[in-house]
Amino acid sequence: MARLIRTEKEVEGRYTEQWVVVEEDALEQWPEGPLHTVGRPAPRVDGLARARGEARYTQDLRLPGMLRTAVLRSPHARARVKRIDLGPAREAPGVRGVIGPGDLETLTNEPNYEGQAVAAVAADTIEDARAAVGLIGVEWEVLDPLLDAHVALERESFVAEPRRYERGDVEQGFAEADAVVEAEYRTQSVLHNALETHQTACEWEGDTLVVYTSTQFLWGVRDEVAAEFELPKDKVRVICRFMGGGFGAKGSAGDYTFIAAELARVTGRPVHCRLDRREENVNSGNRNPTIQKLRLGARADGTLTAIAGEYLCLLGWDGWLSPTAGPAQMLYACDNVATVEYGVRLNAPPMDAFRAPGFVEGTFGLECALDELAAKLDLDPLELRRRNHADHDPMDERPFSGKQLMECYRRAEKAWARRDEVRARSEGPWRRGVGIATQLWYGGGGPPSYAWVRLSGDGLITVVTAMQDIGTGTRTAMAQIAAEELGVPLERVTVELGDTAHGPYAVVSGGSSTTPSMGPAVRAAAADVARQIREISAQRFHVEERVLSLSDGRIVSADGGSWPLEEITGLLEDGQILGTGARGPNPAGMRVMTYGIQVAEVAVDVETGEVVVERIYAVHDIGRVINPLGAESQIEGGIIQAIGHSLSEQRLLDPRTGAVLTRTLDAYKLPTIADVPEIVSELIDVPDAHLTNLGSKGLGEPPIIPTAAAIANAIRDATGADVRSLPITRDELLQALREAARRERKLEQVGAPSA
Amino acid sequence: MVELRVNGSVYRIDTPVGRTLAEALRLDLGLTGTKVACGEGHCGACTVQLDGVPVLACITLAHTVGDREVTTIEGLREHPLVEAFVEADATQCGFCTPGQIVSAAALLESSPSPDSEAIRHAMAGNLCRCGTYPKIERAIHAVAGREKGG
Repeated sequence: MARLIRTEKEVEGRYTEQWVVVEEDALEQWPEGPLHTVGRPAPRVDGLARARGEARYTQDLRLPGMLRTAVLRSPHARARVKRIDLGPAREAPGVRGVIGPGDLETLTNEPNYEGQAVAAVAADTIEDARAAVGLIGVEWEVLDPLLDAHVALERESFVAEPRRYERGDVEQGFAEADAVVEAEYRTQSVLHNALETHQTACEWEGDTLVVYTSTQFLWGVRDEVAAEFELPKDKVRVICRFMGGGFGAKGSAGDYTFIAAELARVTGRPVHCRLDRREENVNSGNRNPTIQKLRLGARADGTLTAIAGEYLCLLGWDGWLSPTAGPAQMLYACDNVATVEYGVRLNAPPMDAFRAPGFVEGTFGLECALDELAAKLDLDPLELRRRNHADHDPMDERPFSGKQLMECYRRAEKAWARRDEVRARSEGPWRRGVGIATQLWYGGGGPPSYAWVRLSGDGLITVVTAMQDIGTGTRTAMAQIAAEELGVPLERVTVELGDTAHGPYAVVSGGSSTTPSMGPAVRAAAADVARQIREISAQRFHVEERVLSLSDGRIVSADGGSWPLEEITGLLEDGQILGTGARGPNPAGMRVMTYGIQVAEVAVDVETGEVVVERIYAVHDIGRVINPLGAESQIEGGIIQAIGHSLSEQRLLDPRTGAVLTRTLDAYKLPTIADVPEIVSELIDVPDAHLTNLGSKGLGEPPIIPTAAAIANAIRDATGADVRSLPITRDELLQALREAARRERKLEQVGAPSA
Repeated sequence: MVELRVNGSVYRIDTPVGRTLAEALRLDLGLTGTKVACGEGHCGACTVQLDGVPVLACITLAHTVGDREVTTIEGLREHPLVEAFVEADATQCGFCTPGQIVSAAALLESSPSPDSEAIRHAMAGNLCRCGTYPKIERAIHAVAGREKGG
């Protein structure tokens, strides 16, 4: 029976209560450990299509008569359009449509950051469109941009109200402390740079707008576009079968989608609007920079007595305040915590979610400060973390639904124990050291999420749901779950996704929520089909339904006897068995989180400031693992992005004009294959007993969270230098080394006997 | 008109002067396996081979190719690297993968059993934002090892 209930929904730390209708979810979790298909490594079911270059991405679309688009973007961080003349563009060769300020909400004549869209041209070719944009005459009134965080703070220029959190009494906590550390940490703005840039092709079919887009969230784009064009939601059909990466920046429609839709309306033709790489690096979202002032206090035995944090999150012109203080609030059991987060508005391109937004930045500050505290207390950093383990959510006393962090610590001991040997390998200017950092993050997913499963006469199974595969291997994980429940080999299952007209509602591919949201729905739909097969088989084979199960492509009776699945499906010829499934609610009154720890080994050239990450060990707890091969790839991918964040990536803004200086992949330094260290990873793989019929959580984000702090802590271990700012440039490191040497000399002088 | 020799076939196409080889392949020949990710020669996604040498098709003009043989991912679909990439899980979003395989195939052609150092050197121009690098290295080793073994 369907039940209407209130449940808590969480996406990247943002909680909402909502009504959901759930089917009775009577499925017991599978037993722990690898099963027939689930829990065993599976190469991607769509791997060949991608590797052979057959997968069709949005960029590969060529709809008949499709026009291409170029966008006039503001060259100024803050300006007013005094006069704009679209006429010459309209007259230019190949041009079929021109729109400007007033035609769309997203086209402005008062840009507040560099790259904000002002006008757009659709033409037969991209060359024609670009040439026409060049003919648009604009007279600008250039205004002074607000670019300084501290000035913005003084003026209270905020995107969102400051967020304050307090528990206990921090001043009392600091009074009880035997050691206190206080420092400022900074993280930079980094750019997603998915290799397929943001883009959309739109086409009107009667009163329906068809939107082909590179997106992480079909249904979110549907809702935004429907609102913008005042259409009923289902008159917008959104399609994305393959996408070339997102990392958080493709969760909403974006100006390019609205521009393509409006130009398609104006011209009556399909229109493709694609950001080029330079637009991508200016105008498609970024991880916002932070300035974090942290103060930690602890007793001599390591017990944290107080954590205080002030976070300036430089969001740019728009965006939201991601949970930057989250790690300080939740990672450790500490009675006295006070944080304040400011979402500062500047004349800079707006932030967007980037793989664990907030927690990546906040964990860097907290986990570096914790190591500085360990040094002051002369305690082992791993032991310090263990002593402050939170047995329940320290924010509201809720029990954690499943938490294997202590087991992660235990498994990490071996990697941590390598430090004497690693340090001993220092030679000449190359100093070696080891650092650790802990991580927690959300990743429990939630309803509403649905799936349909179809079993055909030939015994083949199709899972249908309107979700996306952002590149994490979602198709494969869903196929494994359906295969497991129906007792068939993986090759028999196809997953059809990527079209809101051809499948039920599915979650965003973000917030590490895809597997924990969609997996249980797919399993429930497959179980619905399995139940029908058992019912039909019982009639056909004159046995009791309760003795029947499905295994190895056969219907198996506990009383002996088994029949190939086709003996039932074959009867139906073109008939099909159809199942539906829905994601059940989250466990009431519990906190669902993911956990992990990483150990970094680095080599630092103290003469040049060069840092080489030599090895990362990672262990994470995400409940049950569906595909260990894909999971390992997620961990490696997260760590490699984090190495970029730690050492080379940085969006640079001209401090005077607000112009983005790092617009190309030449200037913006992504990690290459030559930068990759040895990566050793493991997963605890114990199902979360309270969470859904699977016990699985998401893994997209956790691995990127602790790496930067582990690297910075390893650099301190190797050299004594306190690096508190990302990326760790040679310049900064050399300065930190000089300061460390100065401190050393001072200590020697203080320690010297008086004359 | 320009004549292009691509994957063993000859094509005569009427393409504007100034069009890149990448766009000619994608727009004029419909060979969309070659991806354009940066369009300015920085990322390697558009890698094709000209007479076996890997080049960046997004900064190569179609009219300068001459009679050199163009090999794209469509011409390498049966190459053992394709299967090896899938087996090793060397593809996530997959957008860089065709370019990676074209580069790796050229590497194996010139150096049938490269060590890790040689792989990292040869492949450093092919960016992957998803971070499949360890798996790419594993896939190339797998094919190199197989060929060595038999």
